[in-house]
Amino acid sequence: MPTLNHYLLLSAVLFAIGTAGVFVRRNLITILLSIEIMLNAVNLTFVAFGRAMGSADGQIIVFFVMTVAAAEAAIGLAIVIALFRHRESLNPDMFTQLKW
Amino acid sequence: MILFYVFAAVAVGASLLVIAQRNPIYSVLLLIASFGALSGLYVMLEAPFVAVIQIVVYAGAIMVLFLFVVMLLNAPHEETEADERRHILLRSGPLRFGAFLAVVLASELGWALTQGGESGAFAGGATTSVAAIGRSLFTDYAFAFEVTSVLILVAMVGAVVLAHREKA
Repeated sequence: MPTLNHYLLLSAVLFAIGTAGVFVRRNLITILLSIEIMLNAVNLTFVAFGRAMGSADGQIIVFFVMTVAAAEAAIGLAIVIALFRHRESLNPDMFTQLKW
Repeated sequence: MILFYVFAAVAVGASLLVIAQRNPIYSVLLLIASFGALSGLYVMLEAPFVAVIQIVVYAGAIMVLFLFVVMLLNAPHEETEADERRHILLRSGPLRFGAFLAVVLASELGWALTQGGESGAFAGGATTSVAAIGRSLFTDYAFAFEVTSVLILVAMVGAVVLAHREKA
């Protein structure tokens, strides 16, 4: 049977992949997707710890994380659309000025 | 145990491909595959409610939102620059720092978890029922639940305001 450590290790690997994606990619959509990978790695940790401690609280936190992730995705994508209208680009290096 | 390794391999492989893809549409579709594998892991963790909302809310709603935006923006491909050929760790600036940080994070966490000693096997607990989650959600976490509904409302209004095309 997989133990708690297996799940924590998998979650660490997924979180590292998400972190690498945020730093390495030059596309706003892929950066948002990398943030979703990180959120899911954390969700896996919550559920694994909740299972280890025999409580349902871990799953409830996951519920809240998912609602916040939905709000974040909606706002982030709206900002991406607004930025794309200005510059016709998704490269974050194009958006280095606060005002134009 | 084999099932765990299969799901873990699919999740990690799909996530790596999400990062490696040039076309955002493939990235979104691969991330949905990764979420499906995670949902299988939640079932193995005796958390059927989370497994179901992972599919319905995450893969079904949030990822479709991403897909809509990718197709709306006509999915411009990432520009390949001259230094794209070189290895990430050899490039200058924040890229090298970020890649280095990710490698350090992964190796540190792996080291910490293998040093644990105790294997941390799960006790043979019962499956958390949806009824128990609902009862807890509407008693102990009732305030957080209501605040979440306000957050969703604010996010909805904010998204409409941000994406609205002003008449110029």
